[in-house]
Amino acid sequence: MKLGILVNEGPYTHQASDTAYQFVKAALAKGHDIFRVFFYHDGVNNGTRLTVPPQDDRNIVKRWSELAAQHNLDLVVCIAAAQRRGLLDANEAKRHGKNADNIAPGFRISGLGQLIETGIQADRLVVFGD
Amino acid sequence: MEVGGQGVVKKFMYVNRKAPHGTIYALESLEVVLIGAAFEQDVSLAFIDDGVYQLVKGQDTQALGVKNFSPTFRALEDYDVNKLYATREAMEARGLTADDFLVPVQVVSEGELAEIMETQDVILSF
Repeated sequence: MKLGILVNEGPYTHQASDTAYQFVKAALAKGHDIFRVFFYHDGVNNGTRLTVPPQDDRNIVKRWSELAAQHNLDLVVCIAAAQRRGLLDANEAKRHGKNADNIAPGFRISGLGQLIETGIQADRLVVFGD
Repeated sequence: MEVGGQGVVKKFMYVNRKAPHGTIYALESLEVVLIGAAFEQDVSLAFIDDGVYQLVKGQDTQALGVKNFSPTFRALEDYDVNKLYATREAMEARGLTADDFLVPVQVVSEGELAEIMETQDVILSF
């Protein structure tokens, strides 16, 4: 089955990102395809490479990046939600005159159309959130 | 913006569960609805629980210092988004009637909404 994933909460505060990660991993292990993982609301904070969690805790951002690299996942962060919350890639940083970017490897910034497209293209869209 | 899935029309339902201004969910949900309208899908909106407060007319957010986005609901019909449902149970629990809303809605029971949800292809809950 072709699955689309929507993550609506940030890392650590909520379980949503952890659950989505475990779900995606399990789905891939069962041979399902992940069309895209879309990050919205505070979910965009799953895509910052500047998190430094304690060493005895899971590294949620790094875990997503690694899973994306292993399985060629499309991790998309909503541009409007990201701008509000200070998540930028190099292009966006330049466009808005900011002196740094912070997007993690394997993530890309794009529009909400990518979420709608996920709903259209995937057999199921699974929402993880509050 | 890249538009994918040309020709495919799916039934999208946006389920709004939260009050308009305490969190950003309601505002960002509406942003998805507006962007999604360009994809010419079969769209409906459901308002349940505190989500029914999003539709209340005469909202004034000045003292809160946040944007009053509620007039945008009136623009939805320009985007061919006409199917709005609110549950009777949520309205009654909060002392609201359809006259309190800034746009026309179809008032349905939770059971009826469940049946409408059964017919959807994609449900996005906010």
